[in-house]
Formats: sequence, C-alpha cells, structure tokens
Amino acid sequence: MTPDLLLLALADGISYAGLLFLVSLGLTLIFGVMGIVNVAHGALYAFGGYTAATLALWLLGVSPTTPTWVLLACMLLAALLVGTVLGGVLEVGLLRRVQDRDPVMRLLITFAAFMVLEDVQRLIWGTQPVASGEIVARLGNISLFGITYTRYQLLLMPGVALAAYLGLLYFLRRTALGKQIVAVTHHREMASALGINARRIGLLTFIVGAVLGALGGALASPTTSLVPGVGTDMIVLSFSVVATAGLGQITGALIASLMIGIARSIAVYTVPELEVAVPYLIMVAVLLVRPNGLFTVAQARTI
Amino acid sequence: MMKLRLAITIGCALLLALGLLYPWSKTPIIVGLCYALAALGVSIMVRAGQVSFGHALYACVAGYGVAFVARAWPQVDGLLLLLGGTLAGTLAGAIVGLFVVRYRGIFFGMLNLAISMVVYSMLGKFYSLTGGTDGLRIDRPTLLGFTLERSGFETGLLLLTLALCVAIGWGVQRLFASGTGQALAAIKTNETRLEYLGLSARRVLWHGYVLSAALVGLSGALFAMVQGLVTPDLGSWLRSGEFVFISILGGANHAIGAFLGAIVFEAVKLIAAAYMAGVWQLLLGLTLIVVILVAPGGIVGLLRPTAATRPARQKD
Repeated sequence: MTPDLLLLALADGISYAGLLFLVSLGLTLIFGVMGIVNVAHGALYAFGGYTAATLALWLLGVSPTTPTWVLLACMLLAALLVGTVLGGVLEVGLLRRVQDRDPVMRLLITFAAFMVLEDVQRLIWGTQPVASGEIVARLGNISLFGITYTRYQLLLMPGVALAAYLGLLYFLRRTALGKQIVAVTHHREMASALGINARRIGLLTFIVGAVLGALGGALASPTTSLVPGVGTDMIVLSFSVVATAGLGQITGALIASLMIGIARSIAVYTVPELEVAVPYLIMVAVLLVRPNGLFTVAQARTI
Repeated sequence: MMKLRLAITIGCALLLALGLLYPWSKTPIIVGLCYALAALGVSIMVRAGQVSFGHALYACVAGYGVAFVARAWPQVDGLLLLLGGTLAGTLAGAIVGLFVVRYRGIFFGMLNLAISMVVYSMLGKFYSLTGGTDGLRIDRPTLLGFTLERSGFETGLLLLTLALCVAIGWGVQRLFASGTGQALAAIKTNETRLEYLGLSARRVLWHGYVLSAALVGLSGALFAMVQGLVTPDLGSWLRSGEFVFISILGGANHAIGAFLGAIVFEAVKLIAAAYMAGVWQLLLGLTLIVVILVAPGGIVGLLRPTAATRPARQKD
C-alpha cells in the first residue's frame, strides 16, 4: 500500500465513520435511556435519506439555482421531520406498550416495525434508485497532501458528526433536560421518584435518537444512490459499532466508528474480499476479549 | 394428548393430499416445513431466553455442505447429502457455540449476528469457491437409490420432510419435558439457581445450541435440495430474523408452535403474493406486532394457555 492510497483510505474511512457515528449515536442513546435495541433505526436512516433526496430533487426541479445553504438546510429539515414524526409514532404507538417486557420482545417489536417500514418505503419511493448528487458537486473538491477529495465527504460529513457529538455532550451535561435524561439512564425508578417524568424523557430521547439516524440517512443521500435495503445494511453495521463500543457508550461509539470506518476502507484498498466482513470481525474480536464492549465500565453481574 | 395426535395426523394428511393434488404446492410445502424446522431449532434457544439473530448461518453452512459434497461425489445419494449437510451445520454450531454460550441477552443475539454476517459476506466474495452471490447449483441426486424425475423427487422429499418433522417435533417436545429441557428453561428463569444445583449453565446452553444448530442445519440442507440451488442469501440476517419471527409467532412453549407459526408465516406470504404483491413484509410485520402485543405466548399460548405454562412454570 502506497502512502497515497493510505491517505485516500483514511479520507474514505473518516467520511464513512462520520456517517456510521451519526447512526450509531442515535442507536446507543436510545439503548442507554430505554434499554431498547432499535432495529427500526435502519428504517429511520432510509426514510431520512429518501426524504432528503426527494426534497432536494424537488427544490432543484423548481429552481436549478437553489442556493447551496437551502439544500443543506433541507437535509436537516428532512431529518427533523422524519425523526419527529416516525420516531414519535414508534415510541408512543409501540415501544411504550412493551416497556416492561423482556428485552428480546422489545427488540422483536422494533424488528416488526422495521419490516413494516421497509415495505412502506418501497410503496412510497419504489425500487428504482434515487440519487441527488447535486450538492456534492456544488461544494467542489479539496486537495490535501496530494489527494483530491470532495469537500462534502471530507469536511461536511465528519463535521456534522462531530457537531452532533459535541452538541449531544453539551445537551446531556449542561442542560436541565439533558441531565434528566442522564438521571433516567442511571436509574429509572429513582429518577421518577425525584419527580422526573420518565415517560416524557423516553419520548424525547427516542425522537432525538431517531433524528440522528435520519440525519445520517440525509447526509448519505447525495453520495449514494438509495435503493431498498440501504437501511438493512446500515442497521447491522451500526449494531457492530454500538456493540464494539459497549451499549450506551457515546464517546465509545465515536472511537468505534472511527476504528471500524477506517479499518473497512483500508480493507477496501488492500483485501477487497474482506470489506463487508471487517466490521464484524472487529466486533467479534472485541467481544471475545471484552464481553461487554470496549468502553463499558464494570457492572454488577447480571446473570 | 389424543387431540394433539389427531390434529398432527390430520395436518400431515392434509399437507400430503395438498401436495399430491396440486403438484405446484409441493415446493412451498417443503419450504414451509424447512422454515418450521429451523424455527424449532431457534425455539430451543428461545426457551433458554436467548434469541439468536444469526442462526441462518447453520442453514447456510449445511446448504453449502450439500453442494460441496454433491460436487465432490456426484453419485452420492440424497439421504447422505442431507446427512452431510446437517453434520456440517452441527459442527459449525458446536464450534461457534463454544464462544457464544458465554454471552446472554442482547450480546448473545449480536454476536451470533456478527458471526453469521462474516460468513455471509465471505460467501458472496470468494467467487471461485462459492460461486459468489449466484450461489452453487445442486444437481438432483438419487433418493434411496432411485433415480427420480422432478415430480417424483419432490414427492419423495415431501414424504421425507414430513416424516422428519413429525419425528423431530416429537423428540424436541420430549426434550422440553426432560431434565435437560428443564435446565435449559432454568437459564431463562434463574441461572444462578441452576448453577447452585450443580449444573453448568454454559454446558447446558451449549448442548441446546448444538441441537438447535443441527435442526437449522437440517432445514438448510433440505431447503438447498428442494431448490436445487444454494446462495448466500440462505444465511442473511433477515433469514435469521424470519426464524425468530416464526418461533415467537407460534410460541416456544411447545414444539408444535414452530409448525403453527410456519403455517401462518407461509400463508401470509402466499396471500400477500397473490393479492397484495410487494407488501408481504408489511403484513408479516403487523402480524408480529399484534402477536407480541396481544398474545406473548404465541399461537400455542392462545390455544392452550394452561398447558403452555406447564412444562416450565415461570414466575414472570
């Protein structure tokens, strides 16, 4: 592997890690607060992507000279819309009803929701690939250490991911609402006893997580063509990130995303056969050594 | 008990009659029974409170096992192919099981998922060995020494599958009622107490895991034979999800649950294919949601609410 290729692989990896992190962040946040592994997160990702692409194509259809910032804003809008509506419906309609069941049942109900949403997505957008690459071209390329890369992928995607990370940390640590979320994560009953409305916190967390997942999809939409099944691929990948990091670990998810994103893109350039397998190999290796993930603090024995 | 036997006899007779009257239905029936066998395997794990999202791996390994054996020795009989495939799946389960029985709950599910994804993605990539995503064709083997045409082969396979299903269903139900089965259920209810009784929870779980892999393997081998083709899709995580789905739908408290679940599953799929093309996942998803919300014990729980809890009385 030449240094040039390594740099290219790093750029690929970082941009991919940004995407992976956004999706995993939502997943891990929801798990941390509600104890649910949300399989439907993949559908939120896909809906976010499709909605953003549709909005962008529509805007460009109305006026091809739509300013770039409007296009960017419409991505965020798509994510907020999908996350709030779908996330809210899922939480109130389904998850709330299975709150006291065992975790496996809760996982399965999100799996069922995922199946339903996959078909809904196919009914709305069909099976033809949807692509809206305009914004990538608008932002142009950047040259760095002799390699050329799109600004969108190298700066915007990791930038948004980093902003989401820092924003979430600030929200959780510095705001009253965020502190309530942390309290519920630590001990739901105790938090309720202190007067925190755990239900409302659950809904809020789920919506924030859902928006993050949809935002991942929206950001990915200009660089990939959307086809049925994009959500499926993403959800299993972000599972591996979240499990590698340890369920509910936010900073851990950032590091695990980088690890997995970069390892995957290095594999693309060196052993392409392993590309898809690498994230799972990392996850298996980590879990074999540290059964609860890399960054989980010691817990009382549960079994 | 008598009623159950009668129902099973009638069910088998109906399936057989359906297969013979409408030859096109033989393949769907066998496929449905394959799903039932695999779900039965998953049910063994569900009984221990563990849900694996990667069991399709063993169906896949068994399917490729059949294909490889058939390639290496083209004259080998269909029964031996089944045996070979099932052994391959069982062996894979025994090895993977050594690692995954250390984990519980979400991590058990995830680790299974990850391992199956590794194999799944490799199968698609190593084209020269596995035929990539196109998979491998399996020529129709002889069955019990007879060289059969397609229709006869399918009838033979249908009879064989039915017989296997009845025998295995009976065996698994016996296992559920046996000491080993009770120990397995105890992993779900209270693992610490199980260990106090002097049993190794990991060993109990490993035995269950190998058995469940064997059943899923058998289903995969049968599936590959009836399709005459094996592709990596046989091992995708969505397939694993479907196995879990059927197991929960039917109910894991009685072996018959997997079969009832598979009937409903296939029926929904067929109805959706006939009248509402393209939305079968939606219908299945809604069915699962309704089952989880309304009947957590699955169809079995609805049919025999008292008997369903008898084999393992649970606190929750």
